[in-house]
Amino acid sequence: MAEVVLTGLGKAYGDGTRAVTDLNLEIRDGEFLVLVGPSGCGKTTALRMIAGLEQITEGTVHIGEQLVNDVPSRDRDVAMVFQSYALYPHLNVYDNIAFGLTLRKLPKSEIDHRVREVAEVLELTEHLDRKPRNLSGGQRQRVAMGRAIVRAPQAFLMDEPLSNLDAKLRVQMRAQIARIQREIGVTTVYVTHDQTEAMTLGDRVAVMRRGVLQQVGPPQELYDRPVNLFVAGFIGSPGMNLVSARLDENDGRYWVSLDSDALLLPESVLRGRPRLRQYVGREVVVGIRPEDMEDTALADAREGEILHSVADLVEAMGSDVLVHFPVDVPPVVTDDTRELAKDAGTDDLPRTAKGTVLVGRFSPRTRIYEGQPVAAWVDTSRLHFFDPVTGSSIWK
Amino acid sequence: MTPVADEIRIDVPVSGAPGRGVLTRLGSKLGNGFVQLLLTLIALFWLVPVFGLLVASLRDESANTGSGWWTVFTKPAELTLSNYAELVANKAVWQSFLNTFYIAVPATVLVVVMASLASYALAWIEFPGRETLTVVVVGLLVMPIQVALIPVAKLFGALGLFGTITGVVLFHVAFGLPFAIFLLRNFFTGIPRDLIEAARMDGATEWVIFKRVVLPVAKPAIASLTIFQFLWVWNDMLVALVFADQDSAPITVALRAQLRQFGTNIDLLATGAFLSMVVPLGVFLLFQKYFVQGVLAGSTK
Repeated sequence: MAEVVLTGLGKAYGDGTRAVTDLNLEIRDGEFLVLVGPSGCGKTTALRMIAGLEQITEGTVHIGEQLVNDVPSRDRDVAMVFQSYALYPHLNVYDNIAFGLTLRKLPKSEIDHRVREVAEVLELTEHLDRKPRNLSGGQRQRVAMGRAIVRAPQAFLMDEPLSNLDAKLRVQMRAQIARIQREIGVTTVYVTHDQTEAMTLGDRVAVMRRGVLQQVGPPQELYDRPVNLFVAGFIGSPGMNLVSARLDENDGRYWVSLDSDALLLPESVLRGRPRLRQYVGREVVVGIRPEDMEDTALADAREGEILHSVADLVEAMGSDVLVHFPVDVPPVVTDDTRELAKDAGTDDLPRTAKGTVLVGRFSPRTRIYEGQPVAAWVDTSRLHFFDPVTGSSIWK
Repeated sequence: MTPVADEIRIDVPVSGAPGRGVLTRLGSKLGNGFVQLLLTLIALFWLVPVFGLLVASLRDESANTGSGWWTVFTKPAELTLSNYAELVANKAVWQSFLNTFYIAVPATVLVVVMASLASYALAWIEFPGRETLTVVVVGLLVMPIQVALIPVAKLFGALGLFGTITGVVLFHVAFGLPFAIFLLRNFFTGIPRDLIEAARMDGATEWVIFKRVVLPVAKPAIASLTIFQFLWVWNDMLVALVFADQDSAPITVALRAQLRQFGTNIDLLATGAFLSMVVPLGVFLLFQKYFVQGVLAGSTK
């Protein structure tokens, strides 16, 4: 077990395209770090450079104390779980798991002991004689895990290991990966484009965009204090509502206007974000998380905390209800939001003829139906503010 | 963990779906029968010459010159093994039969070994000039064998290889490699990259990846190549005619030498030809079990 340190890590291809730029990350011994971002953000390239499968063109990678830039994969003593599992099709489960150990010329009895122990943990014991083609997707995934675990490497590298599983199995395996990693305490770098996986698995999460690290921190910190529009929009599901609004001051009270309504900023927000005062009279980007909204009928709402509209779409999830409603303010169009929309699979930003569509996550007791008026209470103490030009969070 | 999908089995009726009427089913059965009958007839028709050859090899000289092989249906008593006895006794033909082995086996083994090594390098090891080298090697496919006969004959003469089995083998290896590399490289590049990289991460050197991952996975391609190459060399006459002398001639050349000027000599030729056909057939049957599709199934995804 060891720490993995990336210093100024970069990858540039011969034709000038860049996959990763100046990546600095210190992954502590035993830590579970998740690299997350939309496709093409360089997270997999970064992982492959740690693995030694991709030539490092700039910066360094240290595993343990050792500089490994020029060490071939086989000597780096790290194990990787591939998205496709990459099981050896001609070998049965036992030999698939044992492959790395036999190459290390361990004694047969030791190999047998370790393979059976791992098979026990992963509930593969009764499948040891089977070939990969006779296994279900979940079993294949576990064999791929077993192959990594059995080697007791310095670090685990996982490249979207759950993306080929169906939703239910994915949740199960997610829990199992978290449990196993905690039990054996191996430093783990886990790549995913799924922010739920990132939030639930990571001790820390690193959000990447176009090869550049945006923010790294514990999941809750990313959720509560995103450094910019991109992280704000990427973390959380459904994503944070982002709208352009004018910040006004009136008798020492600060307001943002959305459509015909205005939200009053509580003292706590201004204390936490002193720099916000500089934006008075200017446009800012206001971020409202869906879970920071509620049906007014079910909340203790006061003046300056309510948005009025008509429900466009009501999605009952059982545990809560997602209410979509338009407000007549321009949507935020920046590089960040465009990329987020692309990642979500929508070509366009969430807007209609009537401006921007907001999504609120209401209690299931709400009585709002499609086409009916909505009065949404906004937890104004949890509003987010961003600079419309730079996209950075407005703090101090 | 809860049980995974493959432990849950649902019984689905396979045949006799309830929605289909008796007539439809009868019709499809008849249709099936008809297709099978037709295919059998075609196959039999294709086998007629081979069967004729077999029968001719089992009749003596006078019977063969006196009447066609089909008279065997009315006079089965004519059948005899004497031709085969004579063939084995005929030193020249028997020697040539052995020569064919001495040529075909090394020419096949060498090509398969060299081509699989070369193809692995061209497919999976990065080195400068790899693409160019691939194009050049595969481009050699267009080189007709006839153009090379005279220059190579001169070269072999200078090297003392002319008229030897080694010379014939070398020529076959040289001209078998481009196609072999083309075939295997295409197959090797089709192996998922993840599989190779997984082995690399597991601590495998290039040699171990080749031996323990690529070769087992490539069995079907290697089996087809073996059959192709063996057949090509076994049935070759042109190369042997040019480079082999009387002592090193394979059976194709030796049988031709047995042709009499004014007779067909069918008894000996048919026997020799049939014998020379049995071997490739055996090779084919030996390797055909590797043609099972889906060797990569279950490896990825």
